[in-house]
Amino acid sequence: METVTNIVIAGLGGQGVIKASDILAQAALAAGLDVKKSEIHGMSQRGGSVNSDVRFGARVLSPMVPTGEADFLVVVAPDQVENNRPLLCPTGVLIEPRLLGETSLANPRTLNVALLGVLSVWLPFPPEAWRAAFDAQLAPKIRVANEAAFAVGIAAGAREKLRLQSVTP
Amino acid sequence: MTKVKRQLLSGDEAIALAALRAGVTLGTGYPGTPSTEILETYARLGGRAQWAPNEKVALEVGAGVAFARGRALVTMKHVGLNVAADVLFTVAYSGVSGALVIVSADDPGMSSSQNEQDNRRYAVAAGVPMVEPADSQEAYDFTFAALEMSERWGVPVLLRLTTRVCHAKSIVADGRAPLPAVAPRFERNIPERVMIPAHARPAHRRLRQKLAEIATWAETAPLNRRTAGDGRLGIVTSGVAVMHAREAAPQAALLQLGVTHPLPLQLIRDFAASVQECVVLEEGDPYLEEALRAAGIAVRGKPAGYRFGELNVARTRRILAADASPEPAPARGKPPQLCPGCPYRTVFTVLRRLECIVSGDIGCYTLGALPPFEAMDFQTCMGASIGMGLGLRHTLPADEARRVVSVIGDSTFMHSGLTGVAEMVYNPPATGHVLLILDNGTTAMTGQQEHPATGRTLNHEPTGRVAIEAVVRAMGVPQVDVVDPMKEAEFEALLRERLASGRLAVIVARRSCILAAGAIRAYEKAAAARSQPLGGCPADAATTTTGETEG
Repeated sequence: METVTNIVIAGLGGQGVIKASDILAQAALAAGLDVKKSEIHGMSQRGGSVNSDVRFGARVLSPMVPTGEADFLVVVAPDQVENNRPLLCPTGVLIEPRLLGETSLANPRTLNVALLGVLSVWLPFPPEAWRAAFDAQLAPKIRVANEAAFAVGIAAGAREKLRLQSVTP
Repeated sequence: MTKVKRQLLSGDEAIALAALRAGVTLGTGYPGTPSTEILETYARLGGRAQWAPNEKVALEVGAGVAFARGRALVTMKHVGLNVAADVLFTVAYSGVSGALVIVSADDPGMSSSQNEQDNRRYAVAAGVPMVEPADSQEAYDFTFAALEMSERWGVPVLLRLTTRVCHAKSIVADGRAPLPAVAPRFERNIPERVMIPAHARPAHRRLRQKLAEIATWAETAPLNRRTAGDGRLGIVTSGVAVMHAREAAPQAALLQLGVTHPLPLQLIRDFAASVQECVVLEEGDPYLEEALRAAGIAVRGKPAGYRFGELNVARTRRILAADASPEPAPARGKPPQLCPGCPYRTVFTVLRRLECIVSGDIGCYTLGALPPFEAMDFQTCMGASIGMGLGLRHTLPADEARRVVSVIGDSTFMHSGLTGVAEMVYNPPATGHVLLILDNGTTAMTGQQEHPATGRTLNHEPTGRVAIEAVVRAMGVPQVDVVDPMKEAEFEALLRERLASGRLAVIVARRSCILAAGAIRAYEKAAAARSQPLGGCPADAATTTTGETEG
């Protein structure tokens, strides 16, 4: 079976969970991979929990990440970390707002994209793939703020990756 | 020659794109998760799409399109097909001249629905062919196939989806040549189209004949796909479960059924005979399992517990292992709630304070049933709040009956509240009744779609508007008020008075949905600019929130 990368993005309605997963899936497409993305929305737009699964690789079958098999868990709302933790596989990486440290975002609504920036440090997508995803998914008037947030995320992601490498042999 | 383009699309978007490429004449439906994006996308791509007041009307319009040799795509969520069922069962008899494809978007696991009915049963009950795609590419391809089947046999075709096909995005290669265009034309054929009993009796026989032909065709149709395995395990499956099965058991032989009614029984029989053990993997009801067992095909189904909720790869592995042990509890998320600033927070606060018995309806205001309000006592299906409230009024002792209030939203009222008002006027309870219409100017729960009382089309263009307060007055309700629900004291005083009056009363609590208010203002401004090129006030002042009372 070919290797598939499993990512779950979680948060609350209105935080841009679905937008973040759309950008991520679009970047995987632009990177030439097979990709599937799945989410539950509807009632959950009213401030309840929202989760979105993104899977990419040479060939993706089921659109849903099996519980306990997420390679990356991106949680936009700090209070949603614990209930989603079981989705992560034992060696998986948790990406949460805490990792951004003291860095403040110019626009708090770009937190979703900042966390994608953190995630991007681990993913094999070239910068052009991310640019193509932003082109497809972001309106021009919010593009600059989101690119800035993405850059903040990349810096935080580099720090975290270094930290994890120093603690895990 | 059409150029192949690879795009990342949801199943809903893929159907819209296929509808456009295939030359659908008209898309119509009623918004409902997870089907809503089909028509919205179809309109955005340039297709002709419109929201109907409810699914029954949508299917009636769709049938008319197909009677005139057009191609109709009618979309709804699973419970919408209950509303449209009356039309479906008879249009199956009459047949169509063009194409009539009905999308039923089922919601196993109930991510945003009141039940998890399995609409594959409708295909059998109504006697219509059904196709089930497994991902976005198949959603695209099967839309073409469903339109072709409908035109070839002159029957309505059910395109049945589930949440994870509708809302999952995957890659679609879009390169189909359009279907040959047809010129709309109505040909009179009274014996085939007028379903009086004398015509319906032969029509039923014709329908069964068509189904027999389609069953023969399905035996070799490319929509059903067989994949070889190691000979030990065979899996018969359909819809998104195909993908779970391929991932969970890559070594198994697989029979993917794209046509799930009528079933290609010989194909299935041969497949089952080719493996040591044959398992049916399906989400929801044991529909395939029962049909195959009834046909004498030895298959193993799933333990009863897997009838509930969606399937996934982990559950598929357990089903294949015949593991009926308790499943791990899913992670508990945060439940949805009424938005901060929602104008109806005050309404539910007041209803609770007055200790009302609240007969509720379907919409985001149903969240008034949850803490901190806990101010909705029952809710069943669209439009039911009025009739059920009346039933309570007829039954309870007078002092308790006076506490009963029916609550319904504006879009739901247009969908199926009007007949409830007719009942209220026709059979008024001795204590009267109070109906509260929460008019926030949009279909809020499904993502702010228009409806007949907003006066705007699916594309937000101005059109005719049904004025709710004028309609209920014309239907004979003696007391009709329009109030701003944010003015809590005023609203409470009015509600108290109307509850005490012992008469029939409708209170329209009008204030735009806070999520939609900005967009609504923009649509109104654009419409005003167009209709009043020299400036001045828009003629339509119906969205004012001033109270008005009629004796």
